Amino acid sequence: MKDFIIGGVNLKSRLLIGTGKFPNHDILPKVIESCGTQMITMAVRRVNLDHKEENILDYIPNNCILLPNTSGARNAEEAVRIARLAKAMGCGNWVKIEVISDSKYLLPDNMETIKATEILAKEGFIVLPYMSPDLMAAKRMVEAGAAAVMPLGSPIGSNRGIRTKELVKILIEEIDAPIIVDAGIGKPSEAAQAMEMGAQAVLVNTAIATSEDPVGMAKAFSLAVKAGRIAYESTLAKESSFANASSPLTGFLHEGDK
Amino acid sequence: MSFYNVVKLYNEFKYHEYFQQLNPDEILKIIKKDKKSEQDFLTLLSPQAEHFLEEMAVEARKKSLQHFGKAILLYTPMYLANYCVNKCAYCSFNLENKITRKKLTIDEIDFEAQVIAATGLKHIVVLTGESQKHTPISYIVDAVKILKKYFDSISIEIYPLTQSQYSEVIKAGVDGLTIYQEVYDFKIYEQVHLSGPKKNYLFRLNAAERACREKIRSVNIGVLLGLNDWRIESFMTGLHAKYLQDEYPDVDIAVSLPRIRPHVGVFEDVKQVSDRNLVQIMLALRLFKPNIGINISTREKEELRDNLIPLGVTKMSAGVSTEVGGHTTENYDTGQFEISDKRSVDQIRKAILSKGYHPVFKDWMQI
Repeated sequence: MKDFIIGGVNLKSRLLIGTGKFPNHDILPKVIESCGTQMITMAVRRVNLDHKEENILDYIPNNCILLPNTSGARNAEEAVRIARLAKAMGCGNWVKIEVISDSKYLLPDNMETIKATEILAKEGFIVLPYMSPDLMAAKRMVEAGAAAVMPLGSPIGSNRGIRTKELVKILIEEIDAPIIVDAGIGKPSEAAQAMEMGAQAVLVNTAIATSEDPVGMAKAFSLAVKAGRIAYESTLAKESSFANASSPLTGFLHEGDK
Repeated sequence: MSFYNVVKLYNEFKYHEYFQQLNPDEILKIIKKDKKSEQDFLTLLSPQAEHFLEEMAVEARKKSLQHFGKAILLYTPMYLANYCVNKCAYCSFNLENKITRKKLTIDEIDFEAQVIAATGLKHIVVLTGESQKHTPISYIVDAVKILKKYFDSISIEIYPLTQSQYSEVIKAGVDGLTIYQEVYDFKIYEQVHLSGPKKNYLFRLNAAERACREKIRSVNIGVLLGLNDWRIESFMTGLHAKYLQDEYPDVDIAVSLPRIRPHVGVFEDVKQVSDRNLVQIMLALRLFKPNIGINISTREKEELRDNLIPLGVTKMSAGVSTEVGGHTTENYDTGQFEISDKRSVDQIRKAILSKGYHPVFKDWMQI
């Protein structure tokens, strides 16, 4: 399985996880160990540095990349402020931009997300924008400096799977940056589906955090992501050997040429 | 627009006739339906739906997990003053009640804030009675400026403000508004609000909307359960939450379910709301609007509060005193009502953990 390269870093794991909705923080290190994730997102607004037992950062191993997110931002300006606060808090220079002004469906605002991406990328952040799968918006995010694009499979927390499949496929084909399917993945099989389609990685939170056994579910997701990726790479290999072959099926048409 | 247009629509509605024609099969179907209509919500509040509380609870738990996970946000109220010019039949702060009146000075607010902050809480709700003389907007703004040093989220539960006053307090650092209509039924509203500015039903009804227009981050509404038939009042509360969410999707909406507690006062005609009724309201609300917050205060007993957690509670108060300056001084006669759950922040934290849920101290920050 090929490495996943993002923001100049090589990652073995293509499963990113979120930290919300878990029954306690103590379970987090076990979840991380069981799925082998190397990148973890957390809402900056929930980071509580003053309370020893409540400080989520203390539960994340040093070898994981922290991906603070701007959850709670309703426009680009707020997202930028939250990202800067994250950096000041010592969360590094990675950021997942979430700009949501719709509390009903929690759908992202692509326009504001593009604006925030541009500002933060110029400031040296490695920016991963969460977005509604739209080709033009994704192109603008990459032009603005996004290190990857994170289209939703279905609304956050909905566990409805990859309902935006056709649109995500277009992004995978057309966008010259990693596509990470974020939000809506409710089952390991759906994570596998996203990977088979050619997504570079997936981000899962609710399905792991709210399962009866988060540690077991994290493991299941990690296996599904690997399986999906291997399937994708195997298909690619097959397709490319077919395209490069000397057309054995129609070779007879050229026999007279020799 | 105003929510009053919705209130008017239901003024003449024959609730009891509607309840009488319901059949049990319909209720089961509604519980399983993906999206519930207003009518479905009312059906879930019906006497017939009481027979399906377990079925409702199973669905409500599922929806709550999906939208909020296993997280319960902790906060505490901080009473700044109890001077009040209103005569409300159900409230100890009623101007005619002979309780000790008190208002915290800025230094006392600072001290009280330090003591509360030491418990680890990051979210606070500040309360006053209604008195332009003792607690004008300038006093609230000064208090908020102090509280910002200690807390990440500051909500106000004070008298209703004009839109420009909401803008002023939001600029000062307020991110949440708690405002209860107390009762949506206009006639009862008139009866229980004997005199004072609170008699202005519409000014209070539209307060949440004025704050939403000023981009407040969260709004918590509710009624005082016991003043009127709880089925009707809970129905209107749910519709109010829906209205605000539809009109102002960038604001987080939550509902509180306070039941009348013993207080100093004159209101005798309390309509009983049992534990079973309270559970039905909570479940019906959760099924109708899966993504609104539900807040259970220390008015309720500790055992009941703990049992309600898995059914969809998202916010709980902890380490509560309803006395003015109650965290730093020993006042016993300035309180708004008696509390039932007297546990400390740490005790409540442990109780939530033992239920398999995560007590969240911080869910917001000043940005």
